[in-house]
Amino acid sequence: MDPMAEIKASFFVECAELLEGLEEGLLQLQDGDEDPETVNAVFRAVHSIKGGAGAFGLEALVHFAHRFETVLDEVRADRLTLTQDAILLFLKAADVLSDHVTAAREETSVPSGKSDNTIQELEALLDIDANESNLPEAEVVADFSPMMLSLDLPQNDAIPPIGTQFRFITREGLVESGNEPLFLMRALAELAPFQAEIDTARLPDFDNLSPSKTYVDWTLKSNEHVDQSDIEAVFEFATDLCEIVFEEQTQIDFQNNPQIVHPPQTEHRETEQQDPQIVTDSEAIEPSKTITINEATKPKNLPKQPVSTATVRVGLDRVDRLVNLVGELVINQAMLSQSLSEIGLVSNTSVASGLEEFQQLTRDIQDSVMAIRAQPVKPLFQRMSRIVREAAEDTQKKVRLYVEGENTEIDKTVIERLADPLTHMIRNAVDHGLEKPQTRKQVGKTEEGTVVLRASHRSGRVVIEIEDDGAGINRPRVLKIAQDKGLIPEDANLSETEIDNLLFMPGFSTAKEISNLSGRGVGMDVVKRAIQSLGGRISIQSTPGQGSVFSISLPLTLAVLDGMVIEVAGQTMVVPLSSIVETLTLAEADVQILDQGTRIVQIRGSFVPLLDLAEEFGYRDAGAYPENAVVLFILAEDGERYALVVDLIQEQRQVVIKGLAETYGHVPGVAAATILGDGKIALILDTADLIGNAGHTDQNKLSLAG
Amino acid sequence: MTDDNEIHAQQDLELLAFRVAEQEYSVNIMTVREIRGWAPATPLPHSPDYVCGVINLRGAVLPIIDLSARLGMNAIEATQRNVIIVMQLEGQTVGILVDAVSDILTISQSDIQPPPEMAKNRGETFISGLTIVGDRMIRIIDLTGVLPDNVKAAA
Repeated sequence: MDPMAEIKASFFVECAELLEGLEEGLLQLQDGDEDPETVNAVFRAVHSIKGGAGAFGLEALVHFAHRFETVLDEVRADRLTLTQDAILLFLKAADVLSDHVTAAREETSVPSGKSDNTIQELEALLDIDANESNLPEAEVVADFSPMMLSLDLPQNDAIPPIGTQFRFITREGLVESGNEPLFLMRALAELAPFQAEIDTARLPDFDNLSPSKTYVDWTLKSNEHVDQSDIEAVFEFATDLCEIVFEEQTQIDFQNNPQIVHPPQTEHRETEQQDPQIVTDSEAIEPSKTITINEATKPKNLPKQPVSTATVRVGLDRVDRLVNLVGELVINQAMLSQSLSEIGLVSNTSVASGLEEFQQLTRDIQDSVMAIRAQPVKPLFQRMSRIVREAAEDTQKKVRLYVEGENTEIDKTVIERLADPLTHMIRNAVDHGLEKPQTRKQVGKTEEGTVVLRASHRSGRVVIEIEDDGAGINRPRVLKIAQDKGLIPEDANLSETEIDNLLFMPGFSTAKEISNLSGRGVGMDVVKRAIQSLGGRISIQSTPGQGSVFSISLPLTLAVLDGMVIEVAGQTMVVPLSSIVETLTLAEADVQILDQGTRIVQIRGSFVPLLDLAEEFGYRDAGAYPENAVVLFILAEDGERYALVVDLIQEQRQVVIKGLAETYGHVPGVAAATILGDGKIALILDTADLIGNAGHTDQNKLSLAG
Repeated sequence: MTDDNEIHAQQDLELLAFRVAEQEYSVNIMTVREIRGWAPATPLPHSPDYVCGVINLRGAVLPIIDLSARLGMNAIEATQRNVIIVMQLEGQTVGILVDAVSDILTISQSDIQPPPEMAKNRGETFISGLTIVGDRMIRIIDLTGVLPDNVKAAA
């Protein structure tokens, strides 16, 4: 990658984080957070995006971010009161900003209508407020320390009288917005060697010194001629926050030990307190004198920002490689144990205890590596808040999204693949779940509907719930639609849960009118399939009049899988535990043969089609399974059960999933592979695919049996 | 093909020669990753008969192709004496089951003859050139596309 593209890529990664922070801040404000620092954080996010975009010449993005920033600045200065409507508008603007970032990354453009409308709305906000502008509170002050410069550089006495000179007068809010005088001066130093004279006239007593304000101004002089425009360019992003006054340079008096500004070689970062030595120094010296400061202080930690732990950005492929290697280590260790036990090692030897320790370590390493892949669901949930807003706007409903347990961690791949189904379910909750405001009023609910998105850990799995306080599932209507569409027989007598589960049937859609949101041809069956492909399960609880809860239960990781190790015709295979509902030892009497050799098995009065795995995979002739074979009952996607015949069940264990599609390609009926303790590869079955294939190759077999 | 480019770029070509069904073949040594002994493969259902299955190559799943069967001859009845050549082909790692590895040869580009037209038209031979070393005729094969078609589409 060329360096520029690389920098640009990291800018976009940063943008994504900033946008997340922006949205998070706005949502905090929406919840009544009045902390000025939250406003500052929001402002900084937009400002940083603008700054970065400016550097890359992303005009459209800069344009929009600038307008957005201007309005936010008014809020920051308390010239604009934050109403709920304003926050909603800001959220919308944040969405548009995010669109702009995406467009810039993909080098497309955002439909100008939406962007312009939002700008107009934002600016309308300013106009209204200009009339009733009031400045009730003191200026927003953030806890920032003043910036000191490192000026310990060689003296330079031979300075010609003509050059460039200007005053750099800092204003309130310079450092708050992330503009570091140090960086500005470094940029200046690149133009020409400058001398900085610090003006401490405004510096108050130590007792009155607020570390959050900037009290010092500088006079910068250079013996070289520098264009005014060049200097202005350096201060471009801080134009509102400082004043640059160019002075006619006639004679410079350098008796007071002048120093030349160069980029400091080292920075001394101070941890907590500002070094009192510096303060006393500056106090001791008469104002307007050039002072020498040998230590540069950096602005203190941003105030009140949640303590974020240090992070390292690592490519997913590297993590995956580590996960693979650790999986290999686990297998190797198992092989070692196995061969040691084969040579009949006494259990209390040092080798055996060493091996045990090794086993423990391996397990710890595996857990830690898995934890690297785990990510909080927060970004995913944040994306959902946008979905809710858009869905609410499209359906003219008032919706509030509450998020719980957003720090719950789950495998990154799961998170990525959860986005689509979750989006769909959230849209459904808003579109189908919640009633229209007037209807809600009539039944005595608040006009604003509530959608709760909740994540939690429950017995080794992650449970994600989408709860709405809408009307609940209209079961008679669901039943009628299913009957009308011929999905179930007319006379079927279904329990409430069974009716709810009809929603997941392919070809089912309850929307009376096809709205913009749902009814895009993607039904809940697709959602269910997506969840299942992640090894998850989905269920519904619904109370008429009170709302519905959709629960998704997911495995913590996709890298390991709970499986049942089985044997078929001498081959060892793994069946995902999540797909097995029941197991049974096959007695010959249970099996009935229909015509054309179709077998069915009778269980508790119902007939289930029999599928011989060995026959399906071509390992053996039909019906040649051994006596006392085992039947695994598999639930197909349509709720139908299938009986899968295998020779025997070996054990139930966790297996490390190895992709097969990347190295070989898709094998019908096989989801992936794994490596067993003896180092051999075992295939992991894809039961849904298996049943699907059986249906294709032998259509009448199933129609007879099912 | 890529082989051609390499051939033009350098005058000498290094080949790994091996035996399959009493005949001698060779591949560009740059495509060979390693050579390892035969290990029982886990068969893949619904796969062509020349796919022996998959083996565990240090944690990776490696598909194994029986080259003899792939070239339309009798399948190899693999024993401990057989050898798997692990090759990197178009970004995919594939194991090729052969009878034995015989030699490493350095052949001048000018000593390679194109296969006769007739042979070219007869389906998949993978033979890209012929050369003679001493009194042995060695087939140079390009195994790009040795995996089944559905695999290439999936990959």
